[in-house]
Amino acid sequence: MGEFWSGYAIPGIWIVTKILALLIPLLLSVAYLTWFERKVMAAMQLRMGPNVVGPWGLWQPFADAIKMVVKETIIPTKANPGVFLLAPMLTFGLAVIAWAVMPVGDGLVISNLNVGVLYLFAISSLGVYGVVMAGWASNSRYAFLGALRSAAQMVSYEVSMGFVIISVLLCVGSLNLSDIVRAQETVWFVFPLLPMAVVFFISALAETNRHPFDLPEAESELVAGHLVEYSAMTFGLFFLGEYANMILMSGMTTVLFLGGWLPPIDIAPFNWIPGPIWFALKIAALLFVFVWVRATFPRYRYDQLMRLGWKVFLPLSLLWVVLTAGVLVAFGWAPGA
Amino acid sequence: MSALVNVVRSMFLLELLSGMGLTFRYMFRPRKTLNYPHEKGPLSPRFRGEHALRRYPNGEERCIACKLCEAVCPALAITIESEPRDDGSRRTTRYDIDMTKCIYCGLCQEACPVDAIVEGPNFEFATETREELYYDKNKLMANGDRWEAEIAANLAADAKYR
Amino acid sequence: MLIQFIAFYVFAAVCVGSALMVIAARNPVHSVLFLILTFFNAAGIFVLAGAEFLAMTLVIVYVGAVAVLFLFVVMMLDINFVRLRQGFMQYLPIGATVGALLLVELLLVIGIVVDSPDAGGLGGAPMPPVERQSNTHALGALLYTRYMYLFQAAGMVLLVAMIGAIVLTYRVRTGVRKQSIAAQVGRHRADAVEMKKVATGTGVTL
Repeated sequence: MGEFWSGYAIPGIWIVTKILALLIPLLLSVAYLTWFERKVMAAMQLRMGPNVVGPWGLWQPFADAIKMVVKETIIPTKANPGVFLLAPMLTFGLAVIAWAVMPVGDGLVISNLNVGVLYLFAISSLGVYGVVMAGWASNSRYAFLGALRSAAQMVSYEVSMGFVIISVLLCVGSLNLSDIVRAQETVWFVFPLLPMAVVFFISALAETNRHPFDLPEAESELVAGHLVEYSAMTFGLFFLGEYANMILMSGMTTVLFLGGWLPPIDIAPFNWIPGPIWFALKIAALLFVFVWVRATFPRYRYDQLMRLGWKVFLPLSLLWVVLTAGVLVAFGWAPGA
Repeated sequence: MSALVNVVRSMFLLELLSGMGLTFRYMFRPRKTLNYPHEKGPLSPRFRGEHALRRYPNGEERCIACKLCEAVCPALAITIESEPRDDGSRRTTRYDIDMTKCIYCGLCQEACPVDAIVEGPNFEFATETREELYYDKNKLMANGDRWEAEIAANLAADAKYR
Repeated sequence: MLIQFIAFYVFAAVCVGSALMVIAARNPVHSVLFLILTFFNAAGIFVLAGAEFLAMTLVIVYVGAVAVLFLFVVMMLDINFVRLRQGFMQYLPIGATVGALLLVELLLVIGIVVDSPDAGGLGGAPMPPVERQSNTHALGALLYTRYMYLFQAAGMVLLVAMIGAIVLTYRVRTGVRKQSIAAQVGRHRADAVEMKKVATGTGVTL
């Protein structure tokens, strides 16, 4: 019995505590990201945004959540119910489990996997299944077209994202996310690898189906794409998943390029502030850019999207991988060499 | 040369950045929208809102059941029945407006010889059922009593253009 | 240890079960979804075996890219399974022969492993201990030194296959108006717009 407690029960409780400590702030920030997006977009479009429910509309996310929970989930007659219900769960689940390897502070990570980058990349590449399954299972033209677009889009942008990650990995010499952050103690990778950071961020926009790459759910042509047939909590899970993915992608950009939990300069007033707060601040700044881009640019046309992915980003990132490798070898900077 | 400038501009995403700069500046501009339920925009005296049947200052109802409004109504929203009252004057026994049919064209108030039926300044009369939008005479008279001050002011303001 | 034990049997059972469902499911889309589940559980088993790099690569390449395209194609095609099953009896002898051959070969492999457990490692490179080097490093060190030529040759084969597929499907279409972004961006107002003063009643020739 003693072995049960020390071997399984206490580590189990400890892991669950750590998961909750990450998950609850994450879900709260997802809720407030929707509020933040509406407020910022409203400000940029000279509107008010939500301001009725609570002071400055701060309770709006909870009002929305209650609405989604109490509404009726409608499953279309011709839909494939199993897959139809699985799709939103998958989307949300994937967006959440990716956080298992995200280092929010020095040593503050649920699972310090030594292939952390690959894990994140794998999970984000699975995100497409939620959309494709939703599109197919809805048995609706709009949803299906949205799903096809999404599949092609995500697969295309993953390729250049992979190359960007490789050029970062070349500079680090490890696949562990904490090691990647520690490698940026002298200089954040956003400075030497600025073009790659931009390519990564734009690919992240495409990967999360955000404006200006939101073709899978283009309102003006596909109504809502794969979301057409979803209602109530099934829609809510998609919605939460999409926003959690935005936070995840911002987190990934932060870890890869913006020095994770590290303060901008390692001097007195900055390094008093604990790492997780820096991490959160950087994510918040990137999320603001997500919203900012949405408020600024019109939607891409489909062929332009594909052109950008395959004819601009892929050659550029490939070239940069070769360049990075060349520079690292030529100057003997390659880690572990 | 200018082609080169263009290439550089697009390579460094300068157009995109200038667009983003514009939205960022707009973020600090004052809001153009009204905070509607708390703030309301100005209404013209000619505003055509919810209907009302008016009274003379002595309390006598104005409508004389001439049925001109019923005749002119393009949406056939008005139904009137009339018979002589005890004092011999002709009055309506029924004056119904189907607000779901009404197109708020204002022809009824133009047709009225005694300014009895008017479209008042009220536009916040949404209901939860259609039945509540089938107005009868009592409802219209009540509207008239409720909005008389505003309606009279509007009519006075608009009188010199008629 | 117990947790790993349970995890292994869960992964293995789901893997085999969903592999069976791939060929048993009536709906082709369900088949592909079960295939994805199989890949996923295989990746889980890789992780348990300490090969986390292989596991992640399996998920990224097979689940993230290959299976998406599978699903893409299967969703687009409206496969009539009743017609597909019509020739079942006709192909049964060939299928049964191939299946039997595979079974015999598998049994041979298992027999070798049971007979001499170390036989598998003899031809391969020595695996460095996990504490000293992660398996990503070990794989890289091996692939880019000892098996460099084979690795490059494999890449070449894939490249040739890709070019072949493009050549086979590419057709030159005439009369297609393609967007030239450089030309669009390079346009100036002076080239495109001409201001003309038009006197009343005279019109203008362009």
